[in-house]
Amino acid sequence: MTTADILPPSPDAWPQPRRAARDSEHPVLGGVASGLAQHLALPVLWVRVAFVAATALGGLGVAMYAAMWLFLPSDARFETAAPGLEGATRTGKRPGPVSRLTDVGPAIALGALALGLVLAFQAFVGAGGFLWPLVLAGVGVALLWRQADEAQRERWLDTTGRMGPLRAIFGTGTWASYLRMVAGACLVAGAITAFVLSNADQSLTWDVALTAVLGILGLGVVLGPWVLRLASDLGAERAERIRTQERADVAAHLHDSVLQTLALIQKNAQDGATVARLARAQERELRSWLYVGESTGPETTFGAVREAAARVEDEHGVSVDVVTVGEDPALTEVLRPLVHASREAMVNAAKHAGTDRVDVYAEAGPDAVELFVRDRGAGFDLAAVPGDRLGVRASIVDRMERHGGTASVRSSPREGTEVRLRMPVEED
Amino acid sequence: MESTTPTAPGTPGGTEVRVVLVDDHAMFRAGVRAELGALGPGLVHVVAEAADVDEAVTAIARHRPDVVLLDVHLPGGGGVEVMSRLQGSVTRAADAPGPRFLALSVSDAAEDVIGTIRGGARGYVTKTITGPELVEAIRRVAEGDAVFSPRLAGFVLDAFAGSIQVTAVDEDLDRLTEREREVMRLIARGYAYKEVARELFISIKTVETHMSSVLRKLQLSSRHQLTKWASDRRLL
Repeated sequence: MTTADILPPSPDAWPQPRRAARDSEHPVLGGVASGLAQHLALPVLWVRVAFVAATALGGLGVAMYAAMWLFLPSDARFETAAPGLEGATRTGKRPGPVSRLTDVGPAIALGALALGLVLAFQAFVGAGGFLWPLVLAGVGVALLWRQADEAQRERWLDTTGRMGPLRAIFGTGTWASYLRMVAGACLVAGAITAFVLSNADQSLTWDVALTAVLGILGLGVVLGPWVLRLASDLGAERAERIRTQERADVAAHLHDSVLQTLALIQKNAQDGATVARLARAQERELRSWLYVGESTGPETTFGAVREAAARVEDEHGVSVDVVTVGEDPALTEVLRPLVHASREAMVNAAKHAGTDRVDVYAEAGPDAVELFVRDRGAGFDLAAVPGDRLGVRASIVDRMERHGGTASVRSSPREGTEVRLRMPVEED
Repeated sequence: MESTTPTAPGTPGGTEVRVVLVDDHAMFRAGVRAELGALGPGLVHVVAEAADVDEAVTAIARHRPDVVLLDVHLPGGGGVEVMSRLQGSVTRAADAPGPRFLALSVSDAAEDVIGTIRGGARGYVTKTITGPELVEAIRRVAEGDAVFSPRLAGFVLDAFAGSIQVTAVDEDLDRLTEREREVMRLIARGYAYKEVARELFISIKTVETHMSSVLRKLQLSSRHQLTKWASDRRLL
């Protein structure tokens, strides 16, 4: 059995249907517009304008917004971190997200806009008995939905405890959540009462019937979102469970490899160099899987540098510490010589410096990628290197210059060597 | 081995650094304690151990160590929780300076590193560090310096450039000055403080000043905290 058939396919391997979701990062009201804008790859302003424009068509925009708020899932559930971090988060070993005062500007603007619309409507159509109760009910329901969102988000963040019905509604029960619930319920009840009172001159039977119908309707509107969300949460939970099982498989595989390595280490306990090499290789594999999530593949420049560093670590028994800064650029023909030159520099440091540690620093800027390979080893006198020794000159300096980059080597005895590489990149 | 005779306080070269060790793995605690003990008496003395947030807070309050070696992933909310709870009690005590925190973690994920530094740690080292390096880091932190590894410096550069998504990085995170950026880049390239000083033709003290202002910029996310920081130091 090879390792390849133990490893389950990663979830990314299957084509995922693109699904719209509400944006939980930058919500103004429910995150519908910004979520939709992301889904359709449009500027969010256009979507908002479209909603406002559609509102002119007999309130269609509002209805659409409300419907999408109701039916679209929030995108928070799709976030996944590296397994080690998720594990630590699940068991409560990491600090939770920091609560910050959110920007209240958009909310105030929206409120003012709504009030203006209501007043304008009243000015043109005239005050009807319906309008204010409707507005009250609308605000109340919006508040309740907002709380449902919040409770839902907390359910997703907190997977440790069981959810009682009270916590399912109130979340962790901050004063804001209670306020929202009470205010929302009061507004809905007030709307119903106002509506009934404004029609008090009609016959009593009518009133009773209407109140009953409205009460049921109100209850439906209030409970509807939760029932729906509960159902969609169940589906999402199932997906989460599948994902967890997949992770467990991968974890099992890694444990196998770790155990194998430990067994090898026990057998080679006398051979310090082998033990160190095995442990380093194993640590690198585990660490990159657990915490880093950065690529070591040959597709990107940093990935290729890390791969080269790993090879040097294994072959020469030194530890190579790679630090990268900036957006990882794709490995183009322009950047390939840089990676080759860096590998050569690492090999040189590992072979000749006589230390067990090499520092590699790569920084991708807007107009160039810079790379530094530094060791703290023996160092050498550049001028004293005979002209027929081609190592540094041919494979590092000349290679870089042939491809339009620059390279310089700084070295002094006892202080170590630093190779500086710079390759300009053009924005196209 | 002579009995513990503390040398005169005030001489940083001679005083023993008192350390509380916080980690939820008993094996690891034992290993670190043994390693620190093996390097000789008079350097670092582990006065207490703790396995979770509550124990850590109690132990630190009772023993008042110079340095807390703090694991990042800890039952009860993590290392950041320990620091934030102690910061509350320290401002109440007012007179005694709190302990300095050195994070010691197996994780080198950007969120953990930057989050812990923002929580108030003066340094961050991974558990693969060797014994002598760890002692060196503890002493540096005890003397008020920051411990920046190349990797940590890389994360700091990335966090300020905005290419790391850290949950709590605010928009009004101060920018690094050109000089601070240069210092961080050299640290990321594996330079020691004194080599940075030589490269930039500045004194080691200046390098340390740049370092601590980088730390300050990382830890203060908002104007509100900045005001608090200033008033705590009677600058307002």
